[in-house]
Amino acid sequence: MSMTSRQVTGWTREEMAALVAADIPDGSYVNLGIGIPELVAQCVPAGVEIILQTENGLLGVGPEPAEGTADLELINAGKKPVTAIPGAAYFHHGDSFTMIRGGHIDICVLGAMQVSRRGDLANWSTGDPDAIPAVGGAMDLVAGVRKIFVITEHTTRKGEPKIVDECTYPLTGKRVVERIYTNLAVLEVTEEGLVVRKLAPGVTFGEVEEKTAAPLIDGQCNR
Amino acid sequence: MIDKQVSSPHEAITSIHDGATVMIGGFGEAGSPIELIHALVDHGVGNLTVISNNTGSGRVGLAALIANGQVRKMICSYPRSANSMVFPELFRAGKIELELVPQGTLAERIRAGGAGIPAFYTATSVGTQLAEGKESRTFDGREYVLEHGLRADFALVKAEKADRYGNLIYNKTAGNFGPIMCTAAETAIVQVREVVEVGEIDPECVVTPGIFVSRVVTVASPEQESALVAAGSVYP
Repeated sequence: MSMTSRQVTGWTREEMAALVAADIPDGSYVNLGIGIPELVAQCVPAGVEIILQTENGLLGVGPEPAEGTADLELINAGKKPVTAIPGAAYFHHGDSFTMIRGGHIDICVLGAMQVSRRGDLANWSTGDPDAIPAVGGAMDLVAGVRKIFVITEHTTRKGEPKIVDECTYPLTGKRVVERIYTNLAVLEVTEEGLVVRKLAPGVTFGEVEEKTAAPLIDGQCNR
Repeated sequence: MIDKQVSSPHEAITSIHDGATVMIGGFGEAGSPIELIHALVDHGVGNLTVISNNTGSGRVGLAALIANGQVRKMICSYPRSANSMVFPELFRAGKIELELVPQGTLAERIRAGGAGIPAFYTATSVGTQLAEGKESRTFDGREYVLEHGLRADFALVKAEKADRYGNLIYNKTAGNFGPIMCTAAETAIVQVREVVEVGEIDPECVVTPGIFVSRVVTVASPEQESALVAAGSVYP
């Protein structure tokens, strides 16, 4: 069996989310995007208090409601029912985006279609002329939140790299991503380029390079 | 005596005219003033410009207003969502115009409009398609794009409680765009579950002060959009 055909799976989505959660300092205000980022909420270590913001007007998002207790006027940005923790606050969109655009949110975790080696993010449109364009709050989050973490599978379902030299899909923001958590590796966007900080168990630097369409620097901290 | 109450959703919206610009509150169904929207469908005026975060779901509420051919243009941040088919169909057929605005820019444009600010600079959308053709300027080494405040002839909003002065409180995440839309419309029309006596709402808890509200109508048990969609309802 050749190297290239070996099945490389790496971390599960839950393990990726736990890696992100471990990098969020106690006391942070955090906004989680829709999809894999939502898993981060369940992975916050015991004793660590982070406050989740959802842009539709809640600071202090709690877990999913118990069956039969969903309130359709208490939802998250993905329009799913949530709960509010004790000490939560509700507010209107003006205040919500003052938090986001005014730099008051510490960390935002987002999904990605593509991330470039300079930290450009594309996650709102494939540019398909037949698609209905929809942007939501993504461009506000990347422009205003202090640190942007991306959590994503390393490649598309077809196996195409999502970490690229230059994004080919329409951008959400330029030079905004700080860290990328994939099923294969944790990468940091630096002035020198993309640095691989951690590799998933059983995954080699060469395998990550092979599935990435941008140059990588080996800067592992878990060797 | 000041009493902003009117007796029905129909009476509340009857002054909305052909070609009006209408802000409609709601984030998905949360905060969507469905009875006011249905009254506007019955009222039948067209050529409307609607400013709302989404475009509705199924064939009720905002989606019914669009399906009825009353909306010329949508200004919104997220025009597709689960169960949204009316807008996508009309948009692909070139029968409705779309101005796509990032959600925070949309909120700030409304807030600015309400505060008498004609335009402002923001970092949101810089370097993307949505900044193309927009004036930009650098402050302290960072680039920003110019965005214009939004005002409307009418706002349709759902709140939880009002008094006859029009002071409002909202329910959980159903407030969303409602409070800022009330400030940016010439005539803000609000449906509430309950109207209470003046003085019953703690002044410390008022979210929208009555000065921003023109009309209040009680809808004690509003329809739930998702339940109507699940039942396959079509309005009218």
